Amino acid sequence: MFDFGKWTSAFNSFLLGTGMPEWLGIVIECVIIGVLVLLVYTVLALFYILYERKLCAWFQCRLGPMRVGKWGLLQVFADMFKILVKELICLKGTDRFLFKLAPYLVITSSVVMLACLPWGNGLQIIDWNIGIFFVLAVSSVGVLGILLAGWSSNNKYTLIGAMRSGAQMISYEISLGLSIITICVFAGTMDISALVSEQNSMWFIFRGHVPAIIAFIIYVIAATAETNRGPFDLPEAEHELTAGYHTEYSGIHFGFFYLAEYLNLFIVSGIASLMFLGGWMPLHIPGWDGFNMVMDYIPSPVWFLAKAFFISYVIIWFKWTFPRVRIDQMLAFEWKYLMPFSLANLLLMTLCVAFGWHF
Amino acid sequence: MNVLLEISNGALSITAVLTGIGLVFAALLIAKWISPRSFSVKKSEPYECGIPTRGESMIQFKSGYYIFAILFLLFDVETVFLYPWSVVMNGMGPKGILCIGIFMFVLIMGLAYAWKKGALKWE
Repeated sequence: MFDFGKWTSAFNSFLLGTGMPEWLGIVIECVIIGVLVLLVYTVLALFYILYERKLCAWFQCRLGPMRVGKWGLLQVFADMFKILVKELICLKGTDRFLFKLAPYLVITSSVVMLACLPWGNGLQIIDWNIGIFFVLAVSSVGVLGILLAGWSSNNKYTLIGAMRSGAQMISYEISLGLSIITICVFAGTMDISALVSEQNSMWFIFRGHVPAIIAFIIYVIAATAETNRGPFDLPEAEHELTAGYHTEYSGIHFGFFYLAEYLNLFIVSGIASLMFLGGWMPLHIPGWDGFNMVMDYIPSPVWFLAKAFFISYVIIWFKWTFPRVRIDQMLAFEWKYLMPFSLANLLLMTLCVAFGWHF
Repeated sequence: MNVLLEISNGALSITAVLTGIGLVFAALLIAKWISPRSFSVKKSEPYECGIPTRGESMIQFKSGYYIFAILFLLFDVETVFLYPWSVVMNGMGPKGILCIGIFMFVLIMGLAYAWKKGALKWE
């Protein structure tokens, strides 16, 4: 399999070989990394907006955007430009500092999470040894941004929308965390690169069989709620609360929340593919050496993106399949069913690991 | 530590944070530069069905959210304790399972108590 680390280390030795001081080399590399992350962030967000619009249309037997560019491919660029030239309105009575701080928190948390994901063999930026824990910790900063946005907007709809959103996100974060812990128990590590290389022989969802599959299902449900999507999009229930916590934001201020929402969809799908479906690791079946060799020829970023887009497809599919739940149903579902189940599943996985009932 | 570039994770995380801040800042700057600006009294009123807002907007709201926040705090701290355990669990043998079993038993009792008291009921 091609190791992209060769490129980066060759570039590093080239920079240091030109005789510049080490700190300058590091600064240049950090700037390049920043620009790359920014590019990937924007391109992914634009891609996801089109992806969701097209999928929504196909689920409803429509065509979706078709006018701008071939098959409406340029629609997202037109939309983004339009959003950029809209006026930024700050209402009277808003808490201006918090109102402007909220998009920073939301965007920054999703950029940091994006930088933690491994895209391919040697294509990873931040690699803490507590990687997956760091990602979850950063994700809760985004909740703060949403709560601030709702509170500071000086509107009762946004306040209630933010409270609903906050209650939903913190509740489902527990199930999300517990299903990730289930896999951490199985792998014995929290390091993202170690988690991926552990899945060389087989993906965790196959190696851990029953408890891993249950954890995967719990993860996908919790991730749907965590990104405020699908049947759990009640913070933005249009006919009750207009647009939830970002009702009063206009122009690019609203665009930030929109971008972060799509990026969060990609990030939860990326983590699902990383924890359960092997990240960038190709599909390997022990004993089938010829098959494994062929699979290795497919580049690792293709594997990662294909898995992430597949899980996003499933999450978008949920939205057009299930009716929206009420808030009491949503909270009861988490606290009375999902969380006890994920605790029991954690115990099951612990027993499986202790007695060696796995592949 | 990203071994390939010899940059510490701290520096990389700071880079990512600065990238996020830079993205928002640059986009706001562009928007301020090219977007129109006009002022009217009606425009700066909150959107509430077209009728004027009554009273303050930062009101007291349902206390149910508060109870769920406290429950979340309890269980989130639990998951924080579970993470280090999950890494060392395999090396500890039966002792590891026993210790976490007692820990989880106490927490599940707490959840059962909250459930019985009706804290999980939304009305």
